[in-house]
Amino acid sequence: MALRVARKLAGLVATLLATSFIIFGAAYAAPGDPVTFLAGGKENLTPEYLAAVRAQYHLDDPFSVQYGRWLWDALNGDLGRSFQYNDEVLDLLAARLPTTLGLVAYATVLFVVIGVALGVLAAVRGGRTDSTVVAGTTFATSVPPFVAATALISVFGVQLGWFPVAGGGSFTHLTLPAITLALGAVAIISRVTRQAMVEQRELDHVTVARASGLAERLIVVRHVFRGALGPVVTMCGLVSAGMLAGTVTVETVFGLSGIGSLLVGAINTHDFPVTQAVLLLMVVAYITVTTLVELAQPLIDPRARIERSRA
Amino acid sequence: MKPDSPVLRGEPDVGDAPSGPGQAPAPPGQAPAFPGRGRRRIAALVGAGPVGSRLASVFLAVVVLCAILAPLAAPYRPDAIDFAVSLSPATPEHLLGADQSGRDLLSRVMYGARTSLIGPLVLLAVASVVGVAIGTLAAWSRGWVDAVLSRVTDVMYAFPGLLFVVLVVAVFGNGMTTAVLALGLAYAPTIAKYTRSIAITECAKPYIDAYRVQGMGSLAICVRHLIPNLARSLVGYLVVLFGEGLMSLATLSFLGFGAQPPSSDWGLMVKEGQAAIVQGAFLPVLVPGAAIALVVVSFNVIGVRLADRLGTRRL
Repeated sequence: MALRVARKLAGLVATLLATSFIIFGAAYAAPGDPVTFLAGGKENLTPEYLAAVRAQYHLDDPFSVQYGRWLWDALNGDLGRSFQYNDEVLDLLAARLPTTLGLVAYATVLFVVIGVALGVLAAVRGGRTDSTVVAGTTFATSVPPFVAATALISVFGVQLGWFPVAGGGSFTHLTLPAITLALGAVAIISRVTRQAMVEQRELDHVTVARASGLAERLIVVRHVFRGALGPVVTMCGLVSAGMLAGTVTVETVFGLSGIGSLLVGAINTHDFPVTQAVLLLMVVAYITVTTLVELAQPLIDPRARIERSRA
Repeated sequence: MKPDSPVLRGEPDVGDAPSGPGQAPAPPGQAPAFPGRGRRRIAALVGAGPVGSRLASVFLAVVVLCAILAPLAAPYRPDAIDFAVSLSPATPEHLLGADQSGRDLLSRVMYGARTSLIGPLVLLAVASVVGVAIGTLAAWSRGWVDAVLSRVTDVMYAFPGLLFVVLVVAVFGNGMTTAVLALGLAYAPTIAKYTRSIAITECAKPYIDAYRVQGMGSLAICVRHLIPNLARSLVGYLVVLFGEGLMSLATLSFLGFGAQPPSSDWGLMVKEGQAAIVQGAFLPVLVPGAAIALVVVSFNVIGVRLADRLGTRRL
């Protein structure tokens, strides 16, 4: 058990190093001199400015030293200065992170509740309910979030006027974005739940419970759903981890000022320090959460403990 | 466990699919008669099957025809500006209305079908060449080569969503070419993983050993026999990926990273039409948005059906 955790954590560190290396090294893959690229454009190329960029990135050092310093600085919270906002990148992130995290949390609540409910409903009811849910989720995964977002804005924002069209700050401002973000996730979770429930239902202990006259509701809750919980929880964790990346589109459509829209703005204005920092943050969060979810699996599902220790 | 694994859950079933060309060891020197039969099979799929996939095929055929015949069939040039009909609703002159600059939406969506369909096609071509090569190499050589390739693809998987593509765009600049190539690279690991899983079962079959005993080189066996036999399973997978690729590419165009104005790429059309929503004109967003959604749904429906029929998924 301890060995497994240690191996997972070592893998986590290795992946983090590899991805941070890619994000750092990307600047050097750009055509031309990295200074020009990092400075973000041609118009601000005064010699003093270039010298400042050179100093900030330690461009005169060997590549490996630069990477080491950048990583060390990043670990210590120094992510450099934004060329566009002329502000510490860390401050920019700190100011915008609450919006994004609120959005992700809101969407997570939505997709877990609705997704699991739909999945259970489809598995228990079967028949027409089942095929409706399956068809609905197939359609939901085929609509890109930005199209769904514009549809939601048209209907609920403009025509019905129930929700604000753009901007952020309050719970109602986050409702349509959260629904958009949750839409694809609901489809995934309800499918996983349905599949896991259907598989569990066929098992012998469920038949025994049914034969001994247990009420169907109790069978579903205590035996079928309990058994299906492992894959469902794992999938919920993985999907919500991936949501941080999903905010890039959603925040742009709804004009929310979170880190997703910060990333899009940074790319369009060639603000590479901000781009690097947001990407690093999103990737680190994603990798960390997915690893934690994998580690937590045996806690949710006792069967995973046995299978793992055998393997 | 990675988020994509449920999709691949059917992997072990691949090997024992009925009536596979590789099932009976092909007589030496005679290539499996896949291509012709495959084409006829796909044609049969389009004609037969449940209403859903038939409708999807007809719809896609119409879209492809629109894309090909756009210069002949479109009522206007896609960039013909006419401010007199700015944000016009659907009228006999402009069947699907017009956008802010008075450009005819029907014409734009027809021309847009070209970039919106060719983009995913190229990206899948890039992704399949790279992915199938890596996957086959990993499955064929196993050992440390396999381990190294798996690590590399795992690192690619560590970037959630489109973030890898976003990084590439940030470095190499916005534009359709960058977006398509970056997405192609981003999709390669998925295809590599899938190819590896089906190639491993295929490699264990006796006909591979038969060719080897004859003294045929590894490369020749892989290119002439192994990969053609994998093609059957790969096609169903690629059809679903096509829908996904179209969606990703449209998303990039929407964010401003892909197609640039005055292109009438569907993603870009939604981006440009967004401003008109507040003025109560929904057509500039609705038309391209619906086009994207319907095409992706169609590809998914057909992909699932293909996968079922070709035995990639158990019925």
